[in-house]
Amino acid sequence: MSELLYFLAVLLSAVFTSNILLTNYLGMCSFLAVSKEIKTSLGLGAAVVFVMAITCPLNWMVSAWVLEPLHLEYLRFIVFIVVIAAFVQVLEMIVERVSETLYANLGIFLPLITVNCAILGASLFMIIRKYTLAESFVYGTGSGLGWMLAILAMAGIRQEKLNQSKLPRGLEGPAIALVVAGIMALAFMGFSGMGGGN
Amino acid sequence: MITAFLIGLGVMCAVVLILTLVILACDATIANYGPVRIVINGEREITVQGGRPLLASLKDHEIFLPSACGGRGSCGMCKVRVLEGAGDPLATELPWLNAQERKDKIRLSCQVKVKRPLRIEVPRELLQVRQYRTQVIGMRDLTYDIKEVTLQLAPGERIDFQAGQFIQFEVPPYALADEPVYRAYSISSSPAQHDRVELEIRLVPNGICTTYVHRYLKVGDGVTVNGPYGDFHLQENDREMICVAGGSGMAPIKSILARLAETGSKRRIRYFFGARTERDLFLVDEMRALERTLTDFRFIPALSAPQDGAAWQGETGLVTAVLERHVTSVENAEAYLCGSPGMINATVAVLKKKGMPVERIYFDSFG
Repeated sequence: MSELLYFLAVLLSAVFTSNILLTNYLGMCSFLAVSKEIKTSLGLGAAVVFVMAITCPLNWMVSAWVLEPLHLEYLRFIVFIVVIAAFVQVLEMIVERVSETLYANLGIFLPLITVNCAILGASLFMIIRKYTLAESFVYGTGSGLGWMLAILAMAGIRQEKLNQSKLPRGLEGPAIALVVAGIMALAFMGFSGMGGGN
Repeated sequence: MITAFLIGLGVMCAVVLILTLVILACDATIANYGPVRIVINGEREITVQGGRPLLASLKDHEIFLPSACGGRGSCGMCKVRVLEGAGDPLATELPWLNAQERKDKIRLSCQVKVKRPLRIEVPRELLQVRQYRTQVIGMRDLTYDIKEVTLQLAPGERIDFQAGQFIQFEVPPYALADEPVYRAYSISSSPAQHDRVELEIRLVPNGICTTYVHRYLKVGDGVTVNGPYGDFHLQENDREMICVAGGSGMAPIKSILARLAETGSKRRIRYFFGARTERDLFLVDEMRALERTLTDFRFIPALSAPQDGAAWQGETGLVTAVLERHVTSVENAEAYLCGSPGMINATVAVLKKKGMPVERIYFDSFG
């Protein structure tokens, strides 16, 4: 039972208290570029959740079973990137084969994700935090969900509020989006301290 | 030290090798759709290797859809009707499709991957589109900035087109282009000539194709073209014709006039040609010769800025103003316009004011 609670804590902290986008500011480029509509950001968000949930344990296995025994920790960055890129490539083929709808809604975002630093960031954080294989899966899922939550919130604000508002010219587009992201990050700071000071 | 380095190198290579093998295996199994049948217009059937974009698959079978970007989904020209087998349009296509096109199942063929048997509809005239390897056999200066280029088809090859249509000219990579670039040019020669085409190409400052033609191309060079394309062409009927052109807009009109002369047409034709100065006028002798051949044809050049002191006897003013003065009745007339978008818009406005219904105004605008 306590094990389950612990997993829940890892998940929730990845989603809220240490949200990879709003506390680490990772994955900003697609966050700014694809957050104009709720529908497309939902597709991108779902793709990120899926890819993170799989690549974290995948990279954990490569790291724990190949790199660490051979004392090749310094190769982590490059190996992780290659593993992520290959996985996304294969995933795209599978999605395209299996379901047209899924490909139309999610598959077209996959090439975007290959170079998303949040994905690599999650894999590197899970090593720094010395998670186990199971924890890395939970952490990857949580980080993805947190990223999706942030981009959905941003898309909601942009679609419903910013599009209808009159902005000074210098603040249009990415500028106001960054200001909004900053305020969202402040709001998310309010989550820290929850979960018993872990 | 050396061992550590070699282990690192070996592991890195092994990881990349394994991943490459995994991807190759997936490519050969998951992404292998085998041979797929495509039925075109319910009559012709081709079999292609599945998994590739429809545009490229059709090209392998010598069916050329117009495309300017080469399949990156950024020009929106390669539209085709897919009746069956392609699912819903992708997000990459939506910006190019309006509501009516979506309802009609129009797709961008470069974004549709052939995975299941397809039923598609290709406009009949596009099935006649082919790629031709040609040779430049003539280059002549029509004005200081317009060249006439004559392309000879390979022996035994033959092109069928309607007067007024255009072809795409392939510019090979050179100083201004990193990859092959395609530009559309109207054919100025008669459709009765099946073994060669003539183009009139005006030098545009920094234009990729026009610079290539004016500065690099010479007689004897090989040129790849594909075509014919376009729904701007001579309508076979007995209506009076009002033609308006400017600059290299002369080309399709010249082809149309040649066709009319060859068929011994008795139609009443008035051709208004707009130019700035006498320097910008060309093919005047050919047009005067056509006035004698054709039953009822008049060529009316209009200069908007005739040089002082020059002995210009003809019309002066903008071609639209000259048109307005000359045209009285449009009751039984149709119009053929070719030139810049500005000229076309102004001319359409004049013709509409005169009472010509828009569906009888045909135009080819080069933007």
